[in-house]
Amino acid sequence: MGTLVRGALSALHVGSARNCKTLLFDRRRLFAADVIGLSRHSEHAGAAAAGHGDDELHCRLYRTHIPTSPVQKALLAAGSGVAALLDPYRHDMVAVLGETTGELALRRLRDRMRGDPEGYQILQERPRIRVSTLDLERLGAMPDGSFGREYLRFLDENGVTPDSRADVKFVDDEELAFVIQRYREVHDLMHTLLGMPTNMLGEVVVKWFEAVQTGLPMCILGAVLGPLRLSARRLQLLTATLIPWALRNGRNAHCLLNVYYEQRWEQSLESLREELGIEPPPQL
Amino acid sequence: MASSGGVSRTLCSLYYRFTVCRQCQRQVPNLSKTNRFVVSTRLYSEHRSTHFGFETVSEDEKTEKVYKVFENVAQKYDVMNDAMSLGIHRLWKDALLQLMSPTPGTLLLDVAGGTGDISFRFLDYIRSRQDREARRDTLSRQSASWQEITEAYQPGQSDRQGGVQAVVCDINKEMLKVGRQRAAHRGYHTGLSWVVGNAEELPFDNDKFDFYTIAFGIRNVTHIDQALQEAHRVLKPGGRILCLEFSRVSNPLLSRVYDVYSFQLIPVLGEVIAGDWKSYQYLVESIRRFPDQEEFKAMIEDAGFFKVQFHNLTGGVVAIHSGFKL
Repeated sequence: MGTLVRGALSALHVGSARNCKTLLFDRRRLFAADVIGLSRHSEHAGAAAAGHGDDELHCRLYRTHIPTSPVQKALLAAGSGVAALLDPYRHDMVAVLGETTGELALRRLRDRMRGDPEGYQILQERPRIRVSTLDLERLGAMPDGSFGREYLRFLDENGVTPDSRADVKFVDDEELAFVIQRYREVHDLMHTLLGMPTNMLGEVVVKWFEAVQTGLPMCILGAVLGPLRLSARRLQLLTATLIPWALRNGRNAHCLLNVYYEQRWEQSLESLREELGIEPPPQL
Repeated sequence: MASSGGVSRTLCSLYYRFTVCRQCQRQVPNLSKTNRFVVSTRLYSEHRSTHFGFETVSEDEKTEKVYKVFENVAQKYDVMNDAMSLGIHRLWKDALLQLMSPTPGTLLLDVAGGTGDISFRFLDYIRSRQDREARRDTLSRQSASWQEITEAYQPGQSDRQGGVQAVVCDINKEMLKVGRQRAAHRGYHTGLSWVVGNAEELPFDNDKFDFYTIAFGIRNVTHIDQALQEAHRVLKPGGRILCLEFSRVSNPLLSRVYDVYSFQLIPVLGEVIAGDWKSYQYLVESIRRFPDQEEFKAMIEDAGFFKVQFHNLTGGVVAIHSGFKL
């Protein structure tokens, strides 16, 4: 009975440790043992616990990684879902919901990226969209109508910055962590391409588009539950024109994660939309 | 400190100026004996390692890291306490006050008192006691003369120490800030004093306080024995130390449930409610690192306290240790 309980309890925690290929087998057992069955009277556990901090570091696959067990992921998904519903301004909760529920969708996305030459290049080079990596002056100097200029205009008009994205914490694969990070950073670019502002209505439309494109459960939930907070007039506008437009474009357009945006600032927005298969946005 | 001059001269000056520390293999200044002693004690605390949860860190680092943890959690501290303990932490703190049973006119030092829970309860207890006494007095004075009634209206016993009955001391300014806001919000305008201080080096004179409490704070102190010695110093003879802290659960089934709850649920709660996984991971790990009931009792006895006892609450999840300075 004791071994059964211990086995079940170690499964609770070691789930994520299984993905940590850098841990040696017996160190992993010590890791599980001194976290779960902490018998104070055993010096062995005490000695292992002393080095536990170093084990924890080895188990981290990327800088902001926090290894979690399947039970913890389930609890996080439920808790963050409730928290995000109660307070939609908690972007960190939306991010956590996306990470904990998105494993399957992220794998599919990653495979699609691998299959596309531009997407493959992105996976190899790992570009990051941040104020430190973007040359905002250069973008501002570009002609009106170019993608770079329109993106900068979008950032200024809506008062957003590309640095406000939360770090990935709960994805237990380093490449998938990059995929979801790229998805978050490309979100603002999607707004620019779709011509949607960052108010509630615009966000819901972008969520519908993303739900079709990526299949992430967080996008689907956001798309379905987001309209609940809209006024009747906007809801009518949404269902009549915007959602069909978003669905149509989501299906027909090129996968937006497979576009190396950093190489396309000079391209005009019109031609980029045409290339990706996005119809011009309806008037809001 | 390489001088321009040629490799040999550089090496010579390096050799003269620096020796290599045997422990950390770093270059340290080559000083006179007294200076070397001073520097080495400082370096000693950098070398000496301690635990920060399950991590191993240097002692200097631990104080800093603990400070950062509480700086981050201060705003959501009380919400998280309620969520993590399902409100039971209020019962634990009430039990501490019941054990203390302070009388009006006593002075409390609440160390690591941060958001003020213990001090507020202390003031409430004293005030209710004072009310009871006042009511008893008036009952017994039903047929008093006008002279006696006038005397009874004199400003009372609460004006000792310049009106201070409880001193809240904490190393962390954020926690004290939250504490003062709560005090103002709940109407505790008099009787409280808020002091920034380190439990290992209290900014108070000897023999000053009747009670010294530290609730859920002593496991965060880097040198627990120093904190206990300071407690002994600032207490009056006859004063009492009361320590409320997480401790060992002896029942094996409850212990397993408690472990699963701590490690699976509490960091998740921290992430969802406070947006901070790591601080709450530190919290549950630091609980596991704290000595058990008997060991801590021995530490209190070593600091010079007498009649040291502990009372387990909730099956040993928390324990109240008490001792007297005689």
